[in-house]
Amino acid sequence: MSDFFQPVKLTDTVYWVGVIDWDVRDFHGYSTMRGTTYNAYLIVTDRVTLIDTVKESFVPEMMSRISRIVSPEDISCIISNHAEIDHSGGLPRVASMVKPDRILASKMGVRTLREHFNHCELNLEEVKTGDTLDLGTRTLRFMETRMLHWPDSMFTYMPEEKLLFSQDAFGMHLATAERFADLVGPTIVYREMAKYYANILLPYSDLVLKLLDHLEASKMKIDIIANDHGPVFRRDIANVIGWYRQWAEQKPTNLAIIVYDTMWGSTQKMAKVIADGIYKGGGRALIMPMGGSHRSDVATELLHAGALVVGSPTLNNNIFPTMADVLVYLKGLRPKNLIGAAFGSYGWGGEAVAHIRGYLEEMNIDVQSEKRVKYVPDDADLDECYQMGITLGYRLAENSQ
Amino acid sequence: MMKYVCNVCGYVYDPEYGDPDNNIEPGTRFDDLPDDYECPICGVGKEDFSPEE
Repeated sequence: MSDFFQPVKLTDTVYWVGVIDWDVRDFHGYSTMRGTTYNAYLIVTDRVTLIDTVKESFVPEMMSRISRIVSPEDISCIISNHAEIDHSGGLPRVASMVKPDRILASKMGVRTLREHFNHCELNLEEVKTGDTLDLGTRTLRFMETRMLHWPDSMFTYMPEEKLLFSQDAFGMHLATAERFADLVGPTIVYREMAKYYANILLPYSDLVLKLLDHLEASKMKIDIIANDHGPVFRRDIANVIGWYRQWAEQKPTNLAIIVYDTMWGSTQKMAKVIADGIYKGGGRALIMPMGGSHRSDVATELLHAGALVVGSPTLNNNIFPTMADVLVYLKGLRPKNLIGAAFGSYGWGGEAVAHIRGYLEEMNIDVQSEKRVKYVPDDADLDECYQMGITLGYRLAENSQ
Repeated sequence: MMKYVCNVCGYVYDPEYGDPDNNIEPGTRFDDLPDDYECPICGVGKEDFSPEE
């Protein structure tokens, strides 16, 4: 008998029945160079329950895994912790195969699922924070986590196993054959989890802090975090939660992220000299050329920074298009506690630097300085860039203490 | 009457329409909303709203 597409047993009653998407490289504008997983979990007690589903096209693979444990018609309840299509896309198909007695979601989840799947009848029921579901030998308790990261988002907790089904929270886009984070290189896990936080959860950092305080105050014991993307955590839970607190607090470091693009090398030269100045002043700098860097990697680096320094040449009286891309993206992520600066070269007009300043100010970034250079920077211009860097470096060192 | 925007999710409270999800009648000023009013989309309280510019 063939034994591919096996489930993975997490505890006595809980199995991972999700899928690994090795291929995906672009996740709605977020570069996923290590692929991802869509995690779904099967709880096998007297009342078999499925937590979340997968992208629609992966349903057969998930059903194969489920079929190796139970007959799919045995599933009596499906819980949707998150209505985004990578977790709910398979729901209509699975529901029509399984015909569960109940499909549960938060109030906003019911609404959102109806708005996604208006062509089919799903017998959706609302649950709210504090509601419980008796599965015989196990219990599930629900907790709404609105805007972490969609209005419908919800946690489901199983006290008997101290297991938190956390949907997208504590997740990462990382395809691995290993199902537990402690079996994967720790640097990769940290890196991909930070990237996920920076690109998905950062705008809701204040709510993250409130949630972490609430979890702490409620003394909820967590031994396992079963997230919706990437490997499951069964060790070092306090560390994982500590990372979230650190990222949500966004305390400034002494690192400046310098993003720029260039047409004939002038703005590039300015970037390098500003970076040298920043080191001289006591800060650190990372230069990311937008000709080859991905916006989602800039967001990740910015998670551990204290400054955003942006350079753009003026093209046809405008900011360079790659720079508009990254600035629009970062603005949506609402980073906090940053200082900034703007620079760039131009031939005539020279509007780009003012455009950058406008974006930075809209992001509530404290703009320290700006520098425009006509055509090609001369020695005096580069000295000014260096001075600008030194002052930024002082401020970075000061702010990060 | 002034509209208010939710700082978290961007929902706009428009007094002209009120908020049917929370049983708020049309014509209710933001200041007159109950203290425990919550955003109908993301659930944050009144303190997380700002006047629309």
